[in-house]
Formats: sequence, C-alpha cells, structure tokens
Amino acid sequence: MQAELSRRGFLRASALVGGGLLVDFSIPLEAAESGAVLNAFVAIDASGTITIAARNPEMGQGINNGLPMIVAEELDADWAQVRVEQADLDPTRYGPQGSGASMSTMMGYTPMREAGAVARDMLVRAAAARWGVAVDGITTSASVLYHKASGLSLPYAAVASEAARLTPAKSAEVRLKSPKDFSIIGTKRKGVDTPRIVKGEPLYSIDTRLPDMLHAVFVAPPSPGAVLRKVEDTQAKAMRGILAIIPIKGVQAKGTFASSVDSLTDGVAIVASNWWYAQAAKEKLVLEWDESAALGHGDQAYAARAKALLDAGGGKVAFKEGDAKAALAKAAKVISARYDYPFLAHNTMEPHNCTAQYRDGKLTFWAPAQQPENGRKLVAQCVGVAEADIVVHVTRIGGGFGRRLMSDFMAQAGAIAKALPPALSGRPVNVLHSRSDDITHDFFRPAGWHEFKAGIDDQGRMTAFTNHFISFGPAQDPQFFANMAPFHLPEGLLRDIEMTHSVFPTVMPLGAMRAPTSNAHAFVFQGFLDEVARAGGRSLPALILDLFTTDKVYGEADKAGETPRSFHTARARAVVQKVMAMSDWGKVPHRKGIGRGFAFYFCHRGYFAEVVEVGVKGKDVQVRKVWAAGDVGRQIVNPHAAEAQVRGSILDGLSQALDGAKITFENGRVAQSNFHDHPFGRIDRLPPVEIAFVPSDFPPGGLGEPALPPVIPALANALYDATGNRQRSLPFTL
Amino acid sequence: MGGCKMAYTLSINGQARQVDVPEDMPLLWVLRDELDMVGTKFGCGAGLCGACTVHLDGNAVRSCQTPVGAVGTARITTIEGIGQTAKGAAVQKAWIEVDAPQCGYCQAGQIMSATALLTSNPKPTRTQITEAMSGNLCRCASYHRIMEAIELAAKETAHAG
Ligand code: FES
Ligand code: FES
Repeated sequence: MQAELSRRGFLRASALVGGGLLVDFSIPLEAAESGAVLNAFVAIDASGTITIAARNPEMGQGINNGLPMIVAEELDADWAQVRVEQADLDPTRYGPQGSGASMSTMMGYTPMREAGAVARDMLVRAAAARWGVAVDGITTSASVLYHKASGLSLPYAAVASEAARLTPAKSAEVRLKSPKDFSIIGTKRKGVDTPRIVKGEPLYSIDTRLPDMLHAVFVAPPSPGAVLRKVEDTQAKAMRGILAIIPIKGVQAKGTFASSVDSLTDGVAIVASNWWYAQAAKEKLVLEWDESAALGHGDQAYAARAKALLDAGGGKVAFKEGDAKAALAKAAKVISARYDYPFLAHNTMEPHNCTAQYRDGKLTFWAPAQQPENGRKLVAQCVGVAEADIVVHVTRIGGGFGRRLMSDFMAQAGAIAKALPPALSGRPVNVLHSRSDDITHDFFRPAGWHEFKAGIDDQGRMTAFTNHFISFGPAQDPQFFANMAPFHLPEGLLRDIEMTHSVFPTVMPLGAMRAPTSNAHAFVFQGFLDEVARAGGRSLPALILDLFTTDKVYGEADKAGETPRSFHTARARAVVQKVMAMSDWGKVPHRKGIGRGFAFYFCHRGYFAEVVEVGVKGKDVQVRKVWAAGDVGRQIVNPHAAEAQVRGSILDGLSQALDGAKITFENGRVAQSNFHDHPFGRIDRLPPVEIAFVPSDFPPGGLGEPALPPVIPALANALYDATGNRQRSLPFTL
Repeated sequence: MGGCKMAYTLSINGQARQVDVPEDMPLLWVLRDELDMVGTKFGCGAGLCGACTVHLDGNAVRSCQTPVGAVGTARITTIEGIGQTAKGAAVQKAWIEVDAPQCGYCQAGQIMSATALLTSNPKPTRTQITEAMSGNLCRCASYHRIMEAIELAAKETAHAG
C-alpha cells in the first residue's frame, strides 16, 4: 500500500497519517514525488507518465474521464500514459469544482483545452531550444515531439523538466486544434477508476480509514425543524463500544446554496469504535423533541390543500400572451385535465457519510460532496471554523443525483469532530447515515399539482392553453426546487396562453433531483399535450412539429462560445424528426396490448425526443423498446460515458413511473425507510435502448440529465395507446 | 442484545484473521470497521440491495445479514480476494473490458454475485442471469453493462473449459 501511495504521488498525504489505509485523495501536483509540473492540470514524470488533475467530483457521470480527455487532446498525450488524479478543493487553482446541473463539461470544455494546449506549447518550446530549431517545425503526437526536417524526435518526458521552467503562454495566445483533428475527444474511453473499482479498492468517502478513526451516527430530528429538548443517554452510554454521546446544537446557515434548508440541524452524535455499535446504541437513546414545527404537514393534507387551490382557480400569472380565456371560449372543443406527482427521495447507493478531523483549530474533510466549495462555506458558518482553515479532500462519490449538492453531512461531521471530548479530541470521525436516516432526512423532490386547459379548433389545432401550477413557497411564488423552469411548450409558440401558479408553505426540506423540476414537468406537460393532440385527432410529434415550423430562438440571447440557454426550434425539430425516423413512428400498425408513446423535452441546455413501446397484460407492463434522439451540441466528449448516462437516465425515469416509489409523511415524519418501500429498478427491466445523437454546431452541453424527463411522458403516452387509460399521476397505477 | 465479546478466528481470502467482537455483529461490520476491509459495501443493512455480498464457501451471502457467530469455519471470500479464483479473475476482467461501473458503488456486490452464479452455472441464460442478479441493486442502472460483462465472462471461461 505504501509503495502504491507514493507511486501515485501521495507522498505528503501518506506521511501525514503514518501510512494507514487511505481513501484515494490527492495533493496539488507540485507536491508529487517526481515529475515536472507544467500547470495546475498537467505533470509529466521521468517515466513518461502524464498526470492530469480532475477538478470536478466524480459520481458516475464520467467527468473524471471527460475533462482529462479534453486536456490530453490538446496536449497530444498518449492516453495510455495518462493517469488521472482527483484534485482537492482549491477553486483559485482549478476554477469551478462543483458537479451538478450537467454543467461540468459545459464549463470545463474550453478551459481544459487551453490547459492542455498551454502545456503542449511549453514542451514544444523546450524541444526547440534543445534542438536549436524553430518552434514552427515541431509537431507532436501521442506524447512525442518530432522535427520532421531533421528527423529528430523526443518523448515528452525527456524535455518535461526544461518545459516546466518556461513561462507559460497566455491561454488566449495558444492555438487550439481544429475538431477534425481530434483523436481523443469523441472516442470511447473506459472509466479511469474501473480497474480499481472491480478490485474493491478504497475510493469512496465511506472507505476512508485513518489511524485512530472513530465512527459515528448522527441522530437527526424525527421531523423537519424539530428542536432537541432533552437527552437521556445513561443506557445508551453503557452499550458496548460506545465512546461518547454528544448533543449537537443546530445552526441555521445564511447565504449559502439553498441555505434555508442546507444547514446543521439539532441532533445527537453517538461515537463508537465500530459503526454498528453506534447504530445499535441509537435504540437505547431517549430523546425528547419539540416537533411542533411540522404539525399538520402531511402528504395527504398537502394534496387536499392543492385540490382546494385548483378548485378555486386563478393564481398568480407567471406567463401570459394574448387572451387565453377568450380563445378558450371560442374554441370548437375544450379539454381539461389535472396532473400530479409525489415527493421523492434520492436513494444514492452510497449512504450519506463524511469524515472530518479537527486539530489545532483546523478542519480536514474527506467528503463525497458534489459541491465541495458550498460545503466549505456551510461548515464555516455552522461549525465556526474559518474557510481558510478548512481543507477538503474530494472522494469518488457513490451516486449523487442531486442529493450531494447539499452538504449537510459535512456540517455534521465537522461539528462532531470539533465537539469530541478531550479524551478523543483530534481523532478523525466518519459519520454515516443508515439507509433509513438517509431516506427520511433527504432534501426531497417536491410534489406538485397541475390543471391544464386547451382549446382546439375544428381542424384539430391547438388554439389556447392554460396551466395552473400548485407548488410550495413562503409567499406568492414557488420556492427554489419547487419552481418551474422558464420555458415550457407551447409557451412562446402559441398566441393565446396563460400560466399561473398558487403556492402554500412547506417545512419539508426540498432539493434538486436529477433533472430537477424537469423530471416532473416534462411528464405533466407532455402528457397533457398528448391528450390535446389526440383530442384533435392527431399525434403528439405532429402537434409539436407544428409549433416548430419556423426557425426561432426563444429566450435569453446566445453568447459566443457558450452553450446556449435559449430554445432553438430548429434543434428541437431535428431531434423530433430523428426519433420518428428511428422508431418508424406512425408506420407500425397497431397491435393489441402494445402501445407507443412519444415525448420531447428541452432542459439543461439539451434536447431529447424519445419514443417508448410497451406491452401490457393486465397489470403487467413490459417496456419493449426505447428510442432516444438527443442534441447536446457539436461534441460528445466520451461516447462510452454518454451512452451510459442516457441509458441510466432512461431506466431511472421508467423506474420513477413504474416501481411505485413515493415519499409519504404525517406531521413531517417520513413513512419510508429502505429500498423495499422506496424502490428503484432492478436488472429485470432491461429494454433495448437505441440512442442517436444529432450534432449541432453549438458548444457542448452536459448529459447527466436531459435524457430523463421525456421518457416518463413517453411511457405514459404509450400506456394510453396500449390501454386507453390515461396516466395523470406519478407513480403510475394500472 | 448479544453477549460479551468473543474471540473469533475467521478465514478470509485464505488468511486467518482474529477479531474480538460480539457474536451478533454482522460480518459486514467485522470486515469494514474491525479489519478495515472496505471493499465490501454497506447499502441497506437489510438484505435488500446486495452491495455487501461476500462468499461463504463459495456461496453468495449478504454479509449485513450474516452474524459473525454464524460463520464458523466457513471460508470467507470478499471482493479483495475474489480475483484469486479463476472465475473471479475472469469476471473482473470482463467487468473492465465492458467498463460496467458508473458510480461503481454497487459493483463489488455485483461481481461477487456474478462470480457465484458462473461458478454454479457456467453458461447461464439471460433469464437465469436476471434471476441471479435481481437481488443486486444499481442506482445508476448500469444493468445493461452488467449483463454484457456476465455474458462475456461466461464466454471466456467456457473457452478455458
Ligand atoms: S447492505 Fe446488505 S443487502 Fe444491502
Ligand atoms: S454503478 Fe452506481 S450504484 Fe451501481
């Protein structure tokens, strides 16, 4: 293990802790054992190994392949010689380091190209000096420099230390490759950590093992906002293996990401030599909580309140064009429907956990944080240690799905480490949530309720559209995560349209879940539009293509070099047409018990159109095939990872609809506790999935999310096609 | 609530390991927190996800549901040792070839279940694979590549005879 550590350049880290079994974390490249450091992202050692720093947390989305591949491309590195190391949190050095909202590729694409090109330029200049030739005559390929005219060549490693002494060129001054010369970007590359994962090597936060490390359970409030009144711990303390029981006082954070919820709550830490001891002692702990904050907050009560608001109609106008009411009154036919979806928990496979060590006024973390920078801010506020005194080692993450955008587990670990009694102080402590704590103390995907109306003329065309959205908020508008993204078809593309919302307050902690807001709104909007299309005797893709007949850019103006936030009808049209062609849409004769559904959605700057085919026998649904066409710009960095993301998103969406998962609660107490009552899909649902990317000449967008939303309405629409029953509520019931 | 601590000698990946723990401590927590063998993962603690799968005398069991007192003299194999067996090595190789993991957290358990399957049934059908693997959850839904990897490993080991 020691040799392995130093080979990987973890010298300082391993010396620090005396060579215990370490979870994989890195130190800045300068501190690496050997090798020339060309910049924050690139170091080359004497053996030719090229170390590339990966700045964003890896949670299975493949970003620790993607960004290093981009660096390696412009560096002209031999990918076989590249080793990727996860960078610690240091945004002044690396730039933005969060993973989420499918942003990492988008934000890293150009900076990573520049980092590679700047390093390559240094190597070229070093070789030119060595050979006494002009830089112009030097070419590079697969980590080798060539001077064709004289037949000279040198591996990168031979000039790396000379190159490291040169002043780097400014990013804007180096020439980037033409995409047609790419040999790494756009090719399939396997996960850099895979060989270690299959051997069970310690990569995840939960695998952190440090000398003298303690294990802890954090007993969190039984309902949101509960205040700890009394702790009776005599019996629990006497349990085997228990080293300390520490009440923790909650601190409400301000001004951090979603600070209203991402805070340190009241709780009690049970510290033990083995997590199982701490978990067992939990049952013996007698706690008195004041739970009045969540009284009356239940999913049933919420549904009743939402129904009353829908019945009352109206709501605050969020978007209006023309006069939808007048157009409805004139319509040949008016259809109306209500839709809803439940609260959901994330259920990441690696339960929430974090390790912290408090020594000499400084905190060190080993954290599975999607947003380590926000985590550090939160800890500074809630635990009272200055940001400058907080070091964050980022670990590989056993699934994020948006849950780890919140950093509550860092605040808990930090608070416990700092509060350890003198006999234990200075020892690292890993706080780990049981699955039930993980589910019940989630930041939930919020429920929502919708009423739609549409007017249809005698040609079957949609002429008017209204939506009344019931959501959560403290005053008049939906709060963060319970909001609606700015663009929903047919918004902007129909003359008479009105969208309103009404809200009521919730105490439930809300958060982002893979394709936040879109995962629910795609279902309700595309489900209802399918109803509109059918009521007019048409199909949904035909209705949608009608909206896209002219090229139009809707929303914020595009900025050069940036992935557009705006909606381009031409891009939408291309993916709709593509998926129709792939699936032979409209050309397959109707077969009994088999149905097909279509949906299109635009979110996270990506366009996806999908078709689902189902077979239904009684209550048994078989997803027979899924076709997906997506446009995320001109470049797919790693098609291997891209395919995994799209496939995973599709199965995730199918599972949300078909496996019955929903979070229910009464007085804020969540009823679900494990995978049996909040399930997700197993290997038995493995439909063939056909994926096509439709490239467009725009900077690339991310792929972790946009493929998920449309699959749910496509499935709902397919089930209607097969059975004549309309699914208007998630999860589906047959 | 279990008695006092007891000394156990366990055979793990061919090595004798001593632990001093109560008989009702699940093998999972003996491995992870007593022996720092963290390859075996905690997912649900209730036999629902398969992340904690290990082998006892070659059979896949959920270590979170296996009290250490019930292990006796059975040979324990974990993800750290499964590569020492021919099947295990072939499965790991196929896993790398196909690049099955996404976040990777479930994969140790998946590999342990897959190896047990191929040991007892070297040429499973798709239905048999689905059945044998349905206790192993993958939140990232990497099932397609898991299926592919098992089929590849079956093909490769069938060759080897
Ligand atoms: S942790 Fe043992 S089955 Fe889930
Ligand atoms: S790869 Fe993430 S849970 Fe399976």
